[in-house]
Amino acid sequence: MEYLIRFSQSHETFRVAEIQALAIVAGFNMEIIHYDAESPFCVVRLPSEEAARTLIKRSIIAQSIHEHWGTGGTFDELHAEVKKKTSELWPKYKTASFKISLDNYQGTRPNKQRVALFNSFSYLPFSGEIKMKDPDEEFTIFEQWDFKAVERNLPAPLKVHFGRYIAPSGRDLCLKFDLKKRGYISTTSMDSELALITANIALAAPGKLFYDPFVGTGSFPIACAQWGALAFGSDIDGRSIRGEGKKKSLKGNFEQYGLQQMLGDMFVCDLTNSPVRRRRILDGILCDPPYGVREGLKVLGCRDPEKEPWVVEKGKLIYKEPDFIPPKKPYSFLAMLDDILQFATDTLVDNGRLSFWMPTANDEQQEMGVPTHPCMENVVVCTQVFNKWTRRLITYRRLPDSEVDSEALAQKRSHVPTNGVTADELNPFRRHYFNGFRAQAAVDSAIEAAPK
Amino acid sequence: MKILSLNFLTCAVKACKSSSASYPLHPKDAELVQDDIELNPQLLVNLMPRIDWSALSTTATELGFPALPAQPPTPEELEADEQKLKDLHNLLMQTQIMEGKLVCGNCGHEYAVREGIANFLLPSHLV
Ligand SMILES: [Zn+2]
Repeated sequence: MEYLIRFSQSHETFRVAEIQALAIVAGFNMEIIHYDAESPFCVVRLPSEEAARTLIKRSIIAQSIHEHWGTGGTFDELHAEVKKKTSELWPKYKTASFKISLDNYQGTRPNKQRVALFNSFSYLPFSGEIKMKDPDEEFTIFEQWDFKAVERNLPAPLKVHFGRYIAPSGRDLCLKFDLKKRGYISTTSMDSELALITANIALAAPGKLFYDPFVGTGSFPIACAQWGALAFGSDIDGRSIRGEGKKKSLKGNFEQYGLQQMLGDMFVCDLTNSPVRRRRILDGILCDPPYGVREGLKVLGCRDPEKEPWVVEKGKLIYKEPDFIPPKKPYSFLAMLDDILQFATDTLVDNGRLSFWMPTANDEQQEMGVPTHPCMENVVVCTQVFNKWTRRLITYRRLPDSEVDSEALAQKRSHVPTNGVTADELNPFRRHYFNGFRAQAAVDSAIEAAPK
Repeated sequence: MKILSLNFLTCAVKACKSSSASYPLHPKDAELVQDDIELNPQLLVNLMPRIDWSALSTTATELGFPALPAQPPTPEELEADEQKLKDLHNLLMQTQIMEGKLVCGNCGHEYAVREGIANFLLPSHLV
């Protein structure tokens, strides 16, 4: 049977990635019959109505799912298809109470036209009561209008669909997990909508282990726990995990939502010297690595032990104190992403997913490519566009070893990474951020032209 | 820190990774608490192939739990035996080290656990 998914109008590039991931989580096949990015209406084939309910229940980006009765470029085409495809279904709804709704995307209909549209479906042999509130069945006319249809006074929509309502999505969870109502957050906390979507795309589900190596105040582990996974996290800064304690801590956030049963553990560590055993134990890794905009990225260690021997010596003396914070050295954003990919390769189970957020400037010249690793297959890239920069959610699948290109892997292993020196040299995003995203050449020539 | 987590963690010092003495870390002066967590059979069955059983046996003995059987239970055995499930659940999921230290058997470094949160940051001379 075909079903129509009604998406919300935000984060368009995440739509297909999310529902495809949810079909994988639920373990059934989903075929996309029709979808284009200009429209919030997507027609898919699913094995059953039960499957449709299961799929949509966890979707954040969708609003609802409907049994698809027909689609047309005009209402004549739509009626012809509804008559041809669904007449066998009609007797089921003969005596049910019902209503017909209109959902127009980018368009409007005056009341008179609405009534005429509803009446055009009067060939449906429904004799039940028409109930506006809590009817047994709700049928919806979906209209997809062209951009700015009202201002342009367009006469008719581009496309129309008709469907029988089945179930709402999990979108209300965005409100439940809203950061404004969360006990403990920071300026870098991922908003609830995108955290829940990220956890969906990474296939978080009951019985699985998920890990966030840059956990902050715990947005991702909370989203994973909401989907039933056991959630682990770590951070180089233990203060972000502890917060002020009680309600204002990462653990307090889990308790606020009644998710403490799904809290694995939180610990303090640095990804470059991680205590996590390199064994294939994790089902998913998701993170929003520090961009290093406010300060250069840091990892543990002295920048130059020969010039700063006192740091080493002092460390030897005081590191056993509970509040000891080790000195840090600059760390390239790209080197960090490389480390994340290698860590994921070493710790994810077959087909386990890595999803991380990565910022770039909105300029092709400055765009950083999608980092690669022979063991990690890029599944999908979703994009959130801001005024001058973009952030991308990049998702990979850990290939089973039998699918890995062994030559590429051997080459990767022989590659020795080069180390830069200053935070700016190391981090292209940070450099462009401070240069206001002007093309690098323009910056360089401006520096040359400046009076000496 | 759960006993489960202890099974997934080793010494953070790079030079220790190749030494079998660095794993598992040994609890020292450990204050244990028992959390009340609902039994999740699906999770335990999924966990079994990822658990290093001999390391878990070492940890259990060091913390004063009864000795574990020599071989890990198969998924079928677990699903059929409620008591086995409960015992494992109690050890892996409900037992927490709230305060204490985790000691590497290779380099001797001690990682502090405070309020259930272990700290694996290394001083410069160990990085
Ligand atoms: Zn060690």
